[in-house]
Amino acid sequence: MTYTKEQILSFLAEVSDPEIPVLSILDMGIVRDIIMADEMADIVITPTYSGCPAMDAIGFDIKMKLLEKGIQKVKITHVLHPAWTTDWMSESGKQKLKAYGIAPPQSSSARINRLLFDEVTGIECPRCHSVNTKLLSEFGSTACKALYQCNDCKEPFDYFKCH
Amino acid sequence: MNLKNLYHSFLLHLADSSLIIAQRNGECCAHGPILEQDIAITNITLDLLGQSRNFYQYAAQRLNEANGSSETEDTLAYHRGERDFKNFLLCELPNGDWAQTITRQFLFSCFQQLLFEKLSKSNDEHLAAIANKSLKEIQYHVKWSSEWVIRLGDGTEESHERMKKAIDYLWPYTGEMFMPATYDIINLEDLKSIWLNKVEAVLQEATLSVPANTFMHSGGKSGVHTEHLGFLLAEMQYLQRTYPGAEW
Repeated sequence: MTYTKEQILSFLAEVSDPEIPVLSILDMGIVRDIIMADEMADIVITPTYSGCPAMDAIGFDIKMKLLEKGIQKVKITHVLHPAWTTDWMSESGKQKLKAYGIAPPQSSSARINRLLFDEVTGIECPRCHSVNTKLLSEFGSTACKALYQCNDCKEPFDYFKCH
Repeated sequence: MNLKNLYHSFLLHLADSSLIIAQRNGECCAHGPILEQDIAITNITLDLLGQSRNFYQYAAQRLNEANGSSETEDTLAYHRGERDFKNFLLCELPNGDWAQTITRQFLFSCFQQLLFEKLSKSNDEHLAAIANKSLKEIQYHVKWSSEWVIRLGDGTEESHERMKKAIDYLWPYTGEMFMPATYDIINLEDLKSIWLNKVEAVLQEATLSVPANTFMHSGGKSGVHTEHLGFLLAEMQYLQRTYPGAEW
């Protein structure tokens, strides 16, 4: 039996990101293409960061999910170009992220402020929704997150930084 | 390993520099001065390790196509000896104190940013893709390390002294970045003045200065290293040397 791209996509929507389980790999914008040829599904994925340690796990999870759906011939292809950007994260993904307690990335215009000691401001606290927040560190619990703190409710929180 | 093709050597040089400084930074894991900075330096380590994997994978592919060999990213990282490594001497120098660790990162990241901007325009699409991907991460490394140089240089008497010592120690290892090896494909002389301006601007704000007319070490790019690399490799390669191909 052959599958359409749309069917494969709907299967991949069930594969979650190993580090942020509320997001699927489609929400994250990691899946770049699906090529069907001779019953072989070639899933083209791209890493968020060069050293993203989740890539091997994501490839494995995709194979397991498709196997579960009856697709045995699966190939995982990694591409680096064009480089992944948070602009590819779906709107529903951003909402899920927020509900999970991680501030979603702003649009790419709010990318890293290259000016020294200057920070991206106005990041909304996912708990109390105040925008009176401050950067604690550009580097957080995973490569894709920065550490912020809310000046009002005082809670520290992760911000999925623009990339 | 047949390295008659100079391009292979260039790819390995890029991979080795990223890997070796990553391995050094990785030593800070759980030993950083405070938790946030421990996390920062290990995040940077991960980026650099990722870069080196991309370069090794590509080098392995090109080597195998040319020589019919069966190299992988792992054989290149774990099964080559000290004289085969082409990283900058700067990358292998010990961490010392925090001043030395962040100054080494600062000097290297500023160089990497300029070099990768050039490589991102390469006709080799795969090399350009790796460089482009890395550049997004490197701008964070440059910003973070520049801020630390200023914070410590223009900090207390003690931190200023330590920064001064770190710069005096590391500076003689910066000249090598601009000395062309047979395999270099970028005109490094062009990068030198831009790099110097960039570094000097930050040092000035940090109330520090560039040491005058120092002797410059070289050799790393052609496999002649300081005594530090052997120890680093012994630790990094031990498991794969003892149990080749071990996985877990």
